[in-house]
Amino acid sequence: MLKCRTVWRKLAPLARTSSTVCRQNARRAGLNNGRLPACVPAGHMSTAPAGGGRENQLYVLLVGATCVGGAIYAYQTVKGDSQRYQDRIDEISSRPLKSFTEEPATPIQSEPPAVPEAAPSPEEPSPPAPGAEVLAPIKTADPAPGDESPASHKVSSHTPYLLIGGGTASFAAARSIRARDPGARVLIVTDEQVPPYMRPPLSKELWFSDDPSVTETLRFKQWNGKERSIYFQPPSFYINAEELQSAENGGVAVLTGKKVVHMDVRGNKIKLDDDTEISYDKCLIATGGVPRNLQVIERAGEEVMKRTTLFRKVEDFKSLDKVSRNVKSITIIGGGFLGSELACALGRRSTESDLEVIQMYPEKGNMGKVLPEYLSNWTTEKVKKEGVKIISEALVKSVVSKDDKLEIQLKDGRLVKTDHIVAAVGLEPNVDLAKSAGLEVDSDFGGFRVNAELQARSNIWVAGDAACFYDIRLGRRRVEHHDHAVVSGRLAGENMTGANKPYWHQSMFWSDLGPDVGYEAIGIVDSSLPTVGVFAKATAKDTPKAATEESGTGIRSESETEHTASSPVASSTPSPTGVQHKDEYGKGVIFYLRDKVVVGIILWNVFNRMPIARKIIKDGEEHADLNEVAKLFNIHDD
Amino acid sequence: MSSVREEGKDRIIFVTKEDHESPSSAELVEEDPNDPYEERGLILPSGEINWNCPCLGGMASGPCGTEFKDAFSCFHYSKEDVKGSDCLENFRAMQECMQRYPELYPQEDEKEQEQEQSSETKPTSQDSASTETSGANSSDSKEDSDTTQPNTEASGES
Repeated sequence: MLKCRTVWRKLAPLARTSSTVCRQNARRAGLNNGRLPACVPAGHMSTAPAGGGRENQLYVLLVGATCVGGAIYAYQTVKGDSQRYQDRIDEISSRPLKSFTEEPATPIQSEPPAVPEAAPSPEEPSPPAPGAEVLAPIKTADPAPGDESPASHKVSSHTPYLLIGGGTASFAAARSIRARDPGARVLIVTDEQVPPYMRPPLSKELWFSDDPSVTETLRFKQWNGKERSIYFQPPSFYINAEELQSAENGGVAVLTGKKVVHMDVRGNKIKLDDDTEISYDKCLIATGGVPRNLQVIERAGEEVMKRTTLFRKVEDFKSLDKVSRNVKSITIIGGGFLGSELACALGRRSTESDLEVIQMYPEKGNMGKVLPEYLSNWTTEKVKKEGVKIISEALVKSVVSKDDKLEIQLKDGRLVKTDHIVAAVGLEPNVDLAKSAGLEVDSDFGGFRVNAELQARSNIWVAGDAACFYDIRLGRRRVEHHDHAVVSGRLAGENMTGANKPYWHQSMFWSDLGPDVGYEAIGIVDSSLPTVGVFAKATAKDTPKAATEESGTGIRSESETEHTASSPVASSTPSPTGVQHKDEYGKGVIFYLRDKVVVGIILWNVFNRMPIARKIIKDGEEHADLNEVAKLFNIHDD
Repeated sequence: MSSVREEGKDRIIFVTKEDHESPSSAELVEEDPNDPYEERGLILPSGEINWNCPCLGGMASGPCGTEFKDAFSCFHYSKEDVKGSDCLENFRAMQECMQRYPELYPQEDEKEQEQEQSSETKPTSQDSASTETSGANSSDSKEDSDTTQPNTEASGES
């Protein structure tokens, strides 16, 4: 306040001075142009008020003119802006009208060029829509049955729930959505020719089937004698894609043999490889992945590629089954889950025929990246007993086709001759849609980057092998196991129906290496981590076979829900062989530690204890003595 | 006596049955019964039915899902002396629907429904409530809806 007054006082004389100067200038200017008023002092005095008046008037006029001019300019600018704005709005709102009138007229299989022709005129300064897409969302409410084209058997152009990919995660999500949203309409789009199926039996149970027509039926006998199909549901479970819109209580429809090639996130729609467009309200991307191949094989040419199998799908199982009956030697490259399981499966077959089964990998032993070294070595011996020739520490240098056989040259000079190669060297997550959809891809783990609720962007979730998600307990990761696909698919389905739950229930995985060795695992199981293993001696009862016989299921994650260690387990008849394992690592628990916290657990030939393992990981506590923790598992009990 | 061996960063402990006889001194964090993140069993803490429970298999999601939900909800909230006696119409509708899909719902329907009804009368606290998945390919699954053993499902039943 005081400051203001001080400033004002200082300015006041200045103002007076400047105004005096102004007036003087004005006077001079004005008076020099015109008459010269008398420099008569007396006249001055007498005319002073008059002269002063004229000056004042001029002054007032000037200021007034400026003000008016400014006001006019301001008014015109504002007016012009609002006019421009109005033009723009009119322009934009006119577009949807044009496209709506276009839509019903053109058939569903509309060519995209038709729509941009109705799109804004070239003068429109806004940037053109990417590609040939229309900016206005084509969101039609569910039309009443009998609307538009009841007679045409076309796939509806809109679905509330769209699931891209027809695998385990997708099916689990479909089921979850249907359970939570009554009457939900779910559309699954898959590029495979078959409805959703489970993958684990393709490298395990299906190979042990006695049924000669197993490649057709795809049914496998579980240890307890009960049979089931690899398909989650028989075809009658699903409704036709064309009927989805009109089905009274909704349903799940599967569109097979179609690939999603483009995703328009702004417009909430996707485009298939046959140019069909389908719009959605909520979308799940569960595209899984594609098997990786070795560069040396890809570069090796047609003849080699013809004799190489990249194993993942039902067709691969069928073709490998056929191959295994017609060749003399198969080599599996890769020492992880898939490679080892296939090696054991084929090794079993080799006892019936004179098929030679070779498995080669860069690590020292089977599951070298998962199991601690001592256990990996022990496992390798087991795999050898299944009839497999192991070539460890093998790096493939080149593969050539010679005289109808394949010659694999290793970097250390060894040469392996074989008839057929199965490459099990990892999975490349399918992120083809990332570019068109504008979705983030993770550079460390691959796959679409999603948050803890599995969401990539509004209305888009990702689950299964393709999802790189944030695990609240264990950090960001990407998991390629069956149970994770089920858990994450279910969670995505829940979140698509409004649950907003993060990934919390830890998924597990399992593997069997022959009927005598099996393990279940949970969390981060990486052989580079320090481990603590607590072992007891195994009896004949501690085999995967016995575990499934007791629980009555073939799929290990199901058997988890059957029994816990606390419930009295009726001991079934022990397996007929009655062989005692003399090995040291018969059964036990292995803890994987990261900064002294248990982040992963393997239950080695110990079954139905997964809930305890899950609890330990969930707690995330530092335990001083892991032997005490191991006691919780009652490893000596049956 | 337990023996310990070190192999580089890995530690190996061998234990006999006697070694593990004494109770464990390991402490586990107490479970929060109201944890919103946890998987729930068949009945939610609010008393509502968890249609997404793996114990139901695919019953609530299949072609007869709506009929099943109506029938089971009616039964769950039924206050009659004979629980569910006011829900006969719903159950009949469900059965009719299931008969249309014999592949999905094998003919053990009636037996399963009875079992389901009787199991419902057991205390449905968070720790118990085991239901057999009624009908539907259930021959190979008997799943527990125990919240302390969260369910993961791998197979499909409708």
